[in-house]
Amino acid sequence: MKTDSAKYVIIGNSTAAIGCIEGIRSVDPDRSVILVAKEPCHTYSRPLISYFLAGEIDAERMHYRPRDFYDANRVDARLGLAATRVDPEQKIVETTNGSLHFEKLLIASGGRPFVPDIPGIEASGVFTFTSWNDATVIGEYIEGNRAKRAVVVGGGLIGIKAAEALRARGLDVLVVELAGRLLPLALDAEGSRMAEESLRAAGVELECSTTVNRVLTEDGCVSGVLQGNDRTASCNLVIVAAGVVPATGLVAGSGIGVDKGILIDEGCRTSVEGIFAAGDVAQGCDALSGESRPIPIFPNAYHQGRVAGVNMAGGDASTNGTFSMNSVEVFGLPTVSVGLATASGDGYEELVHDDEASGTYRRVVLRGDRIVGALFVGDIDRAGIFTGLMRQGIDISSFKDLLLTEEFGLISLPEEYRKHVVMGEAIEV
Amino acid sequence: MKRIYAREEYCLGCRLCEINCLVKRSKSRKIIKAFRKERDSIVPGIQVEEGERVSFALQCRHCVDAPCIEACITGAMHRDSESGAIVCDEERCVGCWSCIMVCPAGAVRRGRERRVASKCDLCMGESTPVCVEGCPNEALIYEDR
Amino acid sequence: MRKWLVQPDFVVERDPERCIQCQVCVRQCANDVHSYDPEDELVSSDSATCVGCHRCATLCPTGAISIREAELEFHPNANWTAWTIRNIYKQAESGGVLLTGMGNDRPYVNYWDRMVLNASQVTNPSIDPLREPMELVTYLGRKPDQIEFDRSNGGYSVKTELATQLELQIPVMFSAMSYGSISLNASVALARAAAEAGTFANSGEGGLHRDIYPYSKNMIVQVASGRFGVDVEYLNRAAAVEIKIGQGAKPGIGGHLPAQKVDRAVSETRMIPEGTDALSPAPHHDIYSIEDLRQLIFAIKEVTHYEKPVSVKISAVHNVAAIASGCVRAGADIVAMDGLLGGTGAAPTMIRNNVGIPIAVALAAVDSRLREEGIRNRASLVVAGGFRSSADIVKAIALGADAVYIGTGALVAMGCHLCQKCYTGKCNWGIATQDPYLTKRLNPDVATRRLGNLLRGWALEIKEMLGGMGINAIESLRGNREHLRGVGLSESELEVLGIKPAGVGA
Repeated sequence: MKTDSAKYVIIGNSTAAIGCIEGIRSVDPDRSVILVAKEPCHTYSRPLISYFLAGEIDAERMHYRPRDFYDANRVDARLGLAATRVDPEQKIVETTNGSLHFEKLLIASGGRPFVPDIPGIEASGVFTFTSWNDATVIGEYIEGNRAKRAVVVGGGLIGIKAAEALRARGLDVLVVELAGRLLPLALDAEGSRMAEESLRAAGVELECSTTVNRVLTEDGCVSGVLQGNDRTASCNLVIVAAGVVPATGLVAGSGIGVDKGILIDEGCRTSVEGIFAAGDVAQGCDALSGESRPIPIFPNAYHQGRVAGVNMAGGDASTNGTFSMNSVEVFGLPTVSVGLATASGDGYEELVHDDEASGTYRRVVLRGDRIVGALFVGDIDRAGIFTGLMRQGIDISSFKDLLLTEEFGLISLPEEYRKHVVMGEAIEV
Repeated sequence: MKRIYAREEYCLGCRLCEINCLVKRSKSRKIIKAFRKERDSIVPGIQVEEGERVSFALQCRHCVDAPCIEACITGAMHRDSESGAIVCDEERCVGCWSCIMVCPAGAVRRGRERRVASKCDLCMGESTPVCVEGCPNEALIYEDR
Repeated sequence: MRKWLVQPDFVVERDPERCIQCQVCVRQCANDVHSYDPEDELVSSDSATCVGCHRCATLCPTGAISIREAELEFHPNANWTAWTIRNIYKQAESGGVLLTGMGNDRPYVNYWDRMVLNASQVTNPSIDPLREPMELVTYLGRKPDQIEFDRSNGGYSVKTELATQLELQIPVMFSAMSYGSISLNASVALARAAAEAGTFANSGEGGLHRDIYPYSKNMIVQVASGRFGVDVEYLNRAAAVEIKIGQGAKPGIGGHLPAQKVDRAVSETRMIPEGTDALSPAPHHDIYSIEDLRQLIFAIKEVTHYEKPVSVKISAVHNVAAIASGCVRAGADIVAMDGLLGGTGAAPTMIRNNVGIPIAVALAAVDSRLREEGIRNRASLVVAGGFRSSADIVKAIALGADAVYIGTGALVAMGCHLCQKCYTGKCNWGIATQDPYLTKRLNPDVATRRLGNLLRGWALEIKEMLGGMGINAIESLRGNREHLRGVGLSESELEVLGIKPAGVGA
């Protein structure tokens, strides 16, 4: 069993891993980097798989970085090589073909789809939707089997994007969601209502407060689903989009601290010296709620990866305020949800602007004098200003009544913060 | 690197910067034709914010640690190695608006003609950005700080 | 009640082929001439309130706007011109005094346009200013009656103690324009440009604002009849002190700054309550005779430890020669004279246009009188009142001036379009206003640069003219009336000016 070694070893090939490479190289241009990834393809952007399935982009546009990225950054990329185990004491990563010795390790193995225990789930024509390969085989299945009707299990972000892609391919789609409304974590009741309207206007069916209890098959292929409300829906394709959990199997029994995800501090360090984690597999602290939980969000993954890379190379970086944030168009209706956008009740104050005529809905959640959540549906222009105010923890009391006005902008902010943004040096993430 | 700085104590709120940017981005590059035919399909990279007593022009700050590059899911947002400016590759952009979600200056906008992110690119290729060149009161300056 | 008899002075024309509805004109007009109708998506103009300042036309990105005089033509009448008729309409509707700004706009003879300069040919070769040194340096102040030299070590040194002189790199200074009548940005730009060019700016009667302190060594501060902003520090901070007896635009009356132009900063600098009219009385109420003037001059000299020249500024009136002589004998180190064409921020139209005499004849009369009395050396003569170009300046120096003050010229360099509406406080160019929305329009860096450019251009032109005359130092031109000839002047005018008519040789 051959053992290669490198100063830096990275498990994973998605945005956190790329962030890590760019972080390392910003401090250390020379020392060796080996990257191992289960998927055999060049780094690609996972959120783009729905665009690929829809036929909106081609394979070339799936790539997250240019073709020469690994060479240009002097990375020995071992694609198609899966890591199986991490041995912190020996500082070794075991793979399906050999071992790798590291001085510093980043675990960015991402998440794996949560597949509920439903009878019939193994039938042909039932897919999860988290990888490029998934998009490819689903596309092939649609062509090969002339699929006409699909059921998407789960009305969250992945489910919505899957439904969009299928609709773009000409299928009839039914979305089945367990909660009482669409995108229950990202949107509030009104936001969900607007999203549902947009979804139905696109000709997609939706059933909430129900789930799929059984997959019906005919000759081994899916032919329909039985829902919790005893209704049967016929279909010839099922996509399970019931959520994603951190892929921590790699570190089981290794002694590296794990909860739902691999536990990290604000420098992305795990409980073991020299070992870092970032992205969907990691569990840090939600800066707004104080909760320790995984926040599987694309910008956070890149950011954590980069912070980890800088720290691995001897620099000193820390993540500043990680919280959830999503920008997604629901069948053409733009939505942006940042932080505790749906929070309500004790200790929270909600400011709402609802303009039915223009189809604009904005909701800002305050805790004391600070913004802790923001939701925009329809008109998402300049949403980032709120994200910036949340990140910096700016006291908004002096301009609270301007927040939801049409003219709200940097002009409404205290002169010092505004001059910092407009005249000052770099804005730090 | 050189960046554009807007001094609010000299900004007149005349919006000639927006006009010049629009003309630069137009196909015709001629002001009268651009306003007649292309006005509704172009988003200027610079926009004036006006309050009661203050106004200033805002465009992308081309941050050193850019949140938009971190958030971009396609890698379309990238830094041009020569000028240091942050540029959106419109061929790669899919219009997910993650950049709009994270830009603290609110400097990125949705394109009108195509579903791509639109923002200042420091007039790549010009020695002085047209907004700076055309500001009648020299409120916009282009310098390395 | 609508003032029916008063019709617009200007017509605003918009070329529809060129107008792109960008609304820059709408935003930039302080008189609300242009407006945008969102329903029709059209910009239109109501000429009624247009003052002809050209702000809109200048900033219009397509050059779509032109401004013309109103076209309501009267039956031709050489006596009752349109202007005289309209003035009566205004007064019939308002019952007030006609007010105006800037300098006399009536077609009096402009003497600088009736004098021409010499050039060298054949017998006395001209000098090329690009190749030979040219001296424009000018000293203002009392010159001694005689000079004693000390001879030692094969060299000479001056034994006589000289009174303090102001050293100017160019014989042009910025005239008195008070902070309050003009904006702070304008005042600062004048001070800075003067400092950078090595000359001086006059603070006018508005006091000295804190922002000008860094340039105070290039400032001449005024003690006017209202005594605004005058205290011991004020006097000692500057390079020279000027007692203002009168100004060319409104001889015999005092100054008036309307209450709406007296904001917090103006009130602090002038040391008067905010929002009150700043009225300067006609006479200094402590100067009722020439002896009183002498007392004030020496009081100022005492307080400034005899370290600074004291100037006295008078209007050019009929008896100006005698008055100037009196001022010199009273101890003034500099006598500044402001003529018929001098500018102002606000003055009654009738007084501005009809009171006072042209500066050229005043200068000639005063210079001749002081020479006759043998006291010309005791004070420098600085003239003001409508100097438009380097040629006007060269002629004035040839006529006997030591230096020239420019007011209108400086404002025009900063962007003024002479619409004559300074007294409204709505100057669209940010110069004659305190409205913060408007004062932003004058970027002091840009204004300073423009003023510096004007002085630089004029200095080069003066050198060219001097070189053309075969002179390489401005001192050789000073009072050298041989270099002037009159064109189209009557015999008595030639006599007063002390110059020969063109065609007559040496």
